[in-house]
This record gives sequence, C-alpha cells and structure tokens, in this order.
Amino acid sequence: MATLVQRSPEVEAEEVNYLNVEHGWKSWLLTTDHKRIAVLYLISITLMFFVGGLMAVLFRINLLEPEGLFSAETYNRLFSMHGIVMVFFFLVPSIPATLANFLIPIMVGAKDLAFPRVNLLSWYIYIAGAALTLYAVARGGVDTGWTFYAPYSSTYSNSYVLAAAFGVFTAGFSSILTGLNFIVTVHKMRAPGMTWSRLPLFVWSNYATGLIQVLGTPVLAITLLLLAFERIAHVGIFDPNIGGDPILFQHLFWFYSHPAVYIMILPGMGVISEIVSCFSRKRVFGYNFVAFSSMAIAVLSFVVWGHHMFLTGESMYTGLAFSILSFMVAVPSAIKVFNWTATMYKGSVSFDTPMLYAFGFIGLFTIGGLTGLHLATLGTDIATHGTYFVVAHFHYVMVGGMVMAFMGGLHFWWPKITGRMYPEAWSKFAALIVFIGFNLTFFPQFILGYLGMPRRYHAYPPEFQALNVLSTAGASILGIGYVIPMVYFIWSLRAGPKAGPNPWGAAGLEWQIQSPPTTFNFDETPVVTEEAYNYGPLEEIVG
Amino acid sequence: MLGNFPFFADLQLFPVAASEQAHGIDALYWFITDISIVMTIVIFAGLAYFAWKYHNKKHPHATQIEGSTKLELTWSILPFLIMLIMFAWGAQIYYAAQNPPKNAMEIFVTGKQWMWKVQYPDGTREIDALHIPVGQPVKLTMASEDVIHSFSIPAFRVRHDVIPGHYDSLWFTATKPGHYHLFCTEYCGNQHAGMIGWVDVLEPREYANWASGGASQGSLAEQGEKLFQQNGCSTCHLLDQQGRCPILRGLYNKPVQLADGRTVMADDAYIRESILDPNAKIVSGFQPNVMPNFKGQISESDVIQLIAYIKSLSPSTPASQQGSQQPAVVIAPKAGAAKTGTAVRH
Amino acid sequence: MADTLVPAGEDAAVKEKHLRHHFATAEQQMDAATLGMWTFLITEVLFFGGMFASYAVYRNIYLDAFASTSQYMNVVLGGTNTAVLICSSLTMALAVRAAQLSNRKHLTLFLILTMIFGTVFLVIKGFEYHSKWVEGLVPGIHWSGYLEHPEFAHHAQILFSLYFYMTGMHALHMVVGLGLLSYLLIQARRNIFKATYFAPVEMIGLYWHFVDIVWIFLFPLLYLIGHRR
Repeated sequence: MATLVQRSPEVEAEEVNYLNVEHGWKSWLLTTDHKRIAVLYLISITLMFFVGGLMAVLFRINLLEPEGLFSAETYNRLFSMHGIVMVFFFLVPSIPATLANFLIPIMVGAKDLAFPRVNLLSWYIYIAGAALTLYAVARGGVDTGWTFYAPYSSTYSNSYVLAAAFGVFTAGFSSILTGLNFIVTVHKMRAPGMTWSRLPLFVWSNYATGLIQVLGTPVLAITLLLLAFERIAHVGIFDPNIGGDPILFQHLFWFYSHPAVYIMILPGMGVISEIVSCFSRKRVFGYNFVAFSSMAIAVLSFVVWGHHMFLTGESMYTGLAFSILSFMVAVPSAIKVFNWTATMYKGSVSFDTPMLYAFGFIGLFTIGGLTGLHLATLGTDIATHGTYFVVAHFHYVMVGGMVMAFMGGLHFWWPKITGRMYPEAWSKFAALIVFIGFNLTFFPQFILGYLGMPRRYHAYPPEFQALNVLSTAGASILGIGYVIPMVYFIWSLRAGPKAGPNPWGAAGLEWQIQSPPTTFNFDETPVVTEEAYNYGPLEEIVG
Repeated sequence: MLGNFPFFADLQLFPVAASEQAHGIDALYWFITDISIVMTIVIFAGLAYFAWKYHNKKHPHATQIEGSTKLELTWSILPFLIMLIMFAWGAQIYYAAQNPPKNAMEIFVTGKQWMWKVQYPDGTREIDALHIPVGQPVKLTMASEDVIHSFSIPAFRVRHDVIPGHYDSLWFTATKPGHYHLFCTEYCGNQHAGMIGWVDVLEPREYANWASGGASQGSLAEQGEKLFQQNGCSTCHLLDQQGRCPILRGLYNKPVQLADGRTVMADDAYIRESILDPNAKIVSGFQPNVMPNFKGQISESDVIQLIAYIKSLSPSTPASQQGSQQPAVVIAPKAGAAKTGTAVRH
Repeated sequence: MADTLVPAGEDAAVKEKHLRHHFATAEQQMDAATLGMWTFLITEVLFFGGMFASYAVYRNIYLDAFASTSQYMNVVLGGTNTAVLICSSLTMALAVRAAQLSNRKHLTLFLILTMIFGTVFLVIKGFEYHSKWVEGLVPGIHWSGYLEHPEFAHHAQILFSLYFYMTGMHALHMVVGLGLLSYLLIQARRNIFKATYFAPVEMIGLYWHFVDIVWIFLFPLLYLIGHRR
C-alpha cells in the first residue's frame, strides 16, 4: 500500500457499523442497541459456560476412581453448581439472549426490539443473578442439586442455598423480560408484508420460547421464594413435620422446569431450520408443520411435568395422564427431525461447519429424544429414574442438541455479527472433536444407568469403573473441542478475513444488510414480498 | 491409579435380571430400544444418503418443494401409534408394580441419612442389607426419618421414592439366588453415595438357616408391645376396656368412623398418623387434644414396631400370625416363634 | 382508548417527542406498550398462581384447621381494605381519563387520591399484621403455639405462612405501585401527559388494577370462606 498521506477512501474507509459507531465503556454498558446487548450476553454466557464446564471436568476426574478422588462434600457441590450454572446461566439464556436478540429485529424487518431499555435491563438482571450465584460458588457452593428438593434444601443442607436460590430467582426475571420482548416484537414490529407465514422458522421458535419463558418462569420464581422463606423462618409449607408436603415443592418446581427444557431446545431447533435450508439451498420441507410444531411443543410442554415424579407415589391416574401426554409432546419434535431430513431431499447440500453442527444436532437430538421414550414409559421409568440413564438422556438433548445448535448458529452468523470469517479447517476439526468427545462421554452413561448406577454419586461400586473412565476420557476431549472455537473466534476478530453481507448466499433479511449491521439495521424499512427461504420458485408442491 | 487396567475385565454391559419384574421390564426396554435403534438408523441413513446423493457438486440445482401433508400425517401418526403400545405396556407394568399380591412377605425399611434400617416381622434387624427367600413375593414398606430418599435394587428393576411424612412401598419376587446391590437413588446429602447395601437372595433352606439366627429382642410385634408400655399408650388404650381412647384390639384394617363424618381404613398409614399427628383425624365420639403428639419422640422405625403390635391385636388378619411370614417350609422352632404364639393369645 | 385527535401543531410535537426511534408510528408504540404490559401482568398471574395453588392444596386437605384460622381474620378490616382498593381503582381510571383529556389538574388530583387510598390500604394492613404479631400468629418468627386450638397448631402454621406470603407479596406489589404512581405524579406536574401521549398513565393504571384484582381474590379466600361451614 502506498505511504501517501492522502489515503484513497475505497481502500481505507471502514463501514460504520454497530461495533465501531461509538467507543468506550458507557457506549457499551448503557447501550440500547439489541446487537450490542447480544454481544454483552454472548461474553457473559460464554464465561458462565466455562465455569460450569470446569466444574464438570473436575467432577468427572473425581469419578475416575470408584472411591472418588475428592471428598463427598466437594463432589456434591460441584455437580449442583454445574447444573445450576449450566441450566440457568447458560442454556436458558443462550440462543435467545444472544443470537435471537441479535437477529429477531432484523429478521422481522425492525430497527430494534420493542423494548430496548428493557433488553438492557434484562442483561443487568442476568449479571446480578450471576454475581449472586458466583458468590455462592466462591463461598463454597450449594449441594442440593439444581433441583433444590425440599426438605433437604429447606431444612438439612448446610450450604449456600439462599444465595444460589436468589441468584437463580434473579436470573429468572432476565429470562421473563427477554421472552416478553420477543413476543411483543414479533406481534407488533414486523415490517410491511412480513406476515406470520413469511417469518423465518428461527423467529417462530424463539416466539414459542418466549411464550414458555413468560408463562413458566414466574412459577419458578415463587417456588424458590417459598423455599427461601422456609429456610429463613425455619418453618414452611413443605415441611413434613408440620404437615407440609415435599411433593408440592416438586410439582411447583417441575411445572416450570419441564417447560424450561423446551426453552432450552426450541431456539436450537430454530437455528437448525435456518442452517439446513441454507446449506441445502432449499425451503424447509413442510414449513407450516415445522412452525406449528414449535407452538405445539410450547403448549404441550406445560402438561407433562409429572413424568419427573412417577416414583413419588403419584396416583395411577396421574401417572397415566402424564405418560400419555409426554408421548404426545414427542411427536412435534419428531416432525421437525423428519422435515429437516426431507429438506435435504433434492437439495444441493454443502458441508460448511454450520451444516456439520446441524448434522450433529439432528443425529444426537434423535438419540436423546428416543431415550426420552424409555423415561416417558411408566414401566421402564421404574428402572431408569434417578440413574445415569437420565443423565445421558438430557445431555444428549441439551449438549448433543442445544449446544451443537448454538455452535452451529454461532458459526453461521459469526460473519454477520462480527464482519469476520473464522478459519474453516479449524472449525471443521473442532466440530469433529466435539462430536467424538460428546459421544464418548455420554453414550457409556446409558449403559451405566441401566446397570443401575445412580446419579449424583461421588463414589460407586468398582464394576462401574470402566464405563466411568471412558466417560471421563470423553469429557476431556469434549472440553478441548469447546476451547478450540474460543481461540479461533477471538483470533478472527482481529485477523480473520473480512466477510461481506452474504458469505453463504443465504435467504433472509439479515443477509441483505451489511456485515456487521449498522445500529438501526436498515437504511429504509424493508417491504417483504416473498416467503422465507426463497431459494427459487416452487417446483414441486407435493400434496 | 489408572494402572488398574484390569477394571475393563469387570465391564458389564447389561444388568442381571433376578426378579419376575425384571424380565417384564427388560422386554419392554428392548422393545423401546430396538425401535429407537431402527429410528436412529433411519435418520442417520437418510441424512447420509441425501448428503451424498444431493451433494452440491453432484446436484447443483436444488428442487424447491413445499412439503407433503400426507407424509407429515404418516410420520406423525405412525410413530404415535407405536408410542401408544409403549404407553400401554408400560402402564400395565406400572400398575402391577403398585399392587403386591396378598401373600407378600412384608419387610419394613426406614431410610435415614445415610443408611437403610431394615426390620423383619420376626424382630430381626439389619442395616444396609436385606435377606430374602427366592420365589417369595416380598413387599417393602418404607418410611423416611428425614429427607427424600429412594430405594432401588437394580437387579430386580424395582425402585420407589421414600418420602418423609408417609409410607411408600414396592414389591418384587426374586427369581435367582445371589448377592445384589441396593442403592439410594434420590440425592439426600453428603453420604448419598454411601447409602448402599446388599440384597441376598437365598434358597429356601439357606433362608431358613439365616432366619433361625433370629432376633434376641423378640418379634417386631413384641418390640412394639414394649414400646407401647414404655410410652404410656397402655394407660389410655386399655386393650379390653374403652378408656378415653379408641380400642385397639381388632382395629387393624377395619373401617373407622371419624368425628367429621368421614370413614377411613385403619391401615398402616392411619396408625402412623395417629401416633405422629393424633389430632389429624379424631374418631367419632372422642375428643381432640387428649392423645399426646409423639412426633420427634418416636422414630419411624419405632412406629413400625408399634404398628406390628397393633396388627397383632387383630387375630383375623394374616399379619398377626408372625409364623406365617416365613415361606411354606418346615423350620426348626425358635424361641421367638413360641413367644409370638403367646402374644397373640392375650 | 385510541387517540382519535388529529395531531396538529403542539400536539404533533408532543407525539413526536415521545416517539421512540425504533417505532414507525405512535400507534405502534402504544400497541406495543399495551401488549407488553398485558404480557407482564400474565406473568404476575402465574407468579401469584403458585401461591394460590399451594393454598388450594392445603385448604383442601386441612379443612378443619383452615376453618379454625378464620376467627383470627378481621373481616371488618379486610372488607374496608377491599372497599379502599376498589375506590383507588376508580380514581386510577379517572386519572387515566383525565390524562386522555389533557386535564392536568384532574390528573394530579386523581393520582394523589389513588396514592392516598393505596397508603390507607397499607396502613390498615400494618394494623392487621401488628395484631397477628401480638397474638403470636407469625409462624417461625413469633408463634405462640396456637393455644386456642392446639390440635391444629401444626397445620395452622402452614396456613398462616401462606397468609403472610400471599398478603405480603400483594403488599409489596402495592408499594411498588405507589412508587410508580409517584413517578407519574412528578411527570404529571411537569405537564408531560396529554391526549396525544398518556401511555405511561394507562400502563401503570393497568398494573394498579391488576394489584387490585389480586386482592379481590385474596379477600374472600383468606377472610370470608372460613367463616361459614
């Protein structure tokens, strides 16, 4: 490049975008731009992910030896904090607060979410909750499990139950506000011509997620408060000594926590719809069915909570009802899996990293979902409840499913969010490592579970050692698989090749604007005339 | 540490099935698993095939397809019908698991941080161990002294939560003599992983030998009788005269009319509640606030003994014949058996 | 309550000033705010719902203990509070109306009246809580043992715990409401609210009505139904 003082504008001018439009702490900490808030969230949840992940690596190391390597107390606090941090501070906010926060306004053709200041407030509330929880961790943690069952948590535990419960309580409000914002945005901020049936499926998924967040999380809030009151006053409504019922706690807790798992998976499903269509160059097969399946999951998710309580002495009728409903909620998820697969039929498939993660998701979510059938079935739940079978099931759907979707989405939209590309060879390698490490970690746990090894055990009978060793080996590999993207993503911010507006040639409003976008997304309000995923005119309308 | 490579030699992939229930649950488990394997292969194969056949190098132009309602309905309804089979089969097993046969031998288990206290009708007690005869239905009636526990025997495929405040039960019939794990499977605090033990299933003769080892303190009912005296129950609940309190002879498993008009059955749960929360149900014709509340003074395992005593006061119920808790096999008479006979004739 | 006046001159300027940049029109902004507030109120229904569900469970299984608690519930004070809250909802609705008519004087008056009613409610509640304390009916903190009906002492602790949780949460929401009304009062004095921009008054009004409705459910369930068999 010439050393002229006068530089030619085309070469040097960097586009003004939401990242460089302003600098300084205040411009970030007092921003109302949904994209900056999404970045703030991304940094926060990544930190929490590694905190929770470190705990997992530590307790898996403990499980190398049948007698355990650490004390029982340490182990119990590690697994509890792992669950709390991962569920409430990583999985629940993950895609909604980061990718959806970033993309939903753009995808509906708006300049921001409906309530930008509420969006910022939700991040501060998240930080407050995280701080309270990390305080609990620093002081020694809580040992009740992420499920906080009474009366252990209300009366017997000597750990930092109140701090952890209030941390989670606080984070819940962050989730409620995010969901509320999405609901109002999708209803009221769609650009002209953007009808409901033209919305990207990612928007449908996050809208359904918002509904669950708004309806379910308040019940968690009151449940944790009731627990906290009981712990403070040393008397309460869950105390069997005065006629209270610990099972009431479980009903209230799971009334939120079951829908919560759909908060955790629906956004991931939305990401997969976007990725599969782009990398098959095709509309998603059965758009209407996929969109409505998100809504069906949201509704049905509220009536299955009792399947966590089949062995508590529920009546036969209760068991029957929750079992049949749990099978019903599996159907919409199955519909999605079939539709994504069918999307590739007669498509034009490429294997960029996001698509590799999508393949991983579809395969692993299928396995995870199918093993849910063993748990929904009353007879087999007797043999699998409270064992590693359950642990394997939910890690297949949450890690093999949701985290893979998150990674896929992060890779897919990274050029849009940052204006840079990540290195493809490294990203493919990391995806492979994650897939191998994940399966090695969690597949042995299905076997361990049916053999009878209970969950939350710091020590175990020696004949279970081989499978535990395999699982720990897998966990180390999985950990490496997650560290590699951290490294190259950060590297790419400075040294990655610059990305244009649409490096994938994808359909969607977000790919029509520059990378990274400007603060207000669109220079002019877009007018939408096409359906989503319009990669070409419809050629086959199979009846 | 990891020089212990031999641990791979111990590797098991599937648990032994040592009860009648286990075989039933395993059959259903394999049904679900086989279908899962098939579905997984279908999806994986579908993905792989489409990825290969429609690779962009080979298939540069994508055909835009809207969808197929027929296909959607097929792949929604067909899987759901298969799931209905799983549901019905599972429900049947679950129902059976909640309904023990009438001739089940009753054993009492109290869970407490962090041990299982087992009490047999003949008064024998064990901690973290269970001895049972092969081929005999066994019903475990369980209580918790503190937090929620969960009792499981993987080899029998049985499990049930044990929740403070009431009784929970499970039942099984062991089919294979052996030495099997029992575990607590609901996180209950620090030594949750230590709340484990062994179940020994014995051939009838071995079981008889073990049982004849017998309790020195007398049968469960006899221990209960001692508690009944020690705690002053006999001052009011005079066995043959109606004092200020309801008569206990002949009470067990009979209907009771309450002051508020309801009628309830005087089963284990009712008797337990009458001891630990007497004002919860007042018998018609009696006053509240007369019986002291023994919560905190009488433990769950003691309550079990008291219930056994009260059961023994009802000559018509099979439970009163302590000898019949043993399987139908001739056993050497033991000191305890003779005493039990005497107690019944009071 | 749609704004039907055609914005012109000063009105248009007011509308413009309050139109946030990401909304295309003031109507869209008002619509969004309304949907947002209703959605938030639904979350509050679920929040209180957990306590109502617990109440339903325990009242059902401990009917007699529940009946024994009713003698300690002061129906007169509770009833007065109900009347006070209903009046406050009336004045709140009138305040919204005043804002819609750009009537600053009435808006200020009705906001102040609403706050007075709200404060009266909290004062009466304070008396009630005080008498519970004096009678030793605060479980875990100041519990006398329920000496008049010791047979229900245990279950009554559950029921009184729920009484305090439910009315306490409600009172907390009232306090927050008073805070919001103070904010409105300050803004009203500054002449912010006009026919072309009164959204905060309406939204906070919705919140206030919701808090009132929660009490309309609490009052019969906690005070009235135990009194009759």
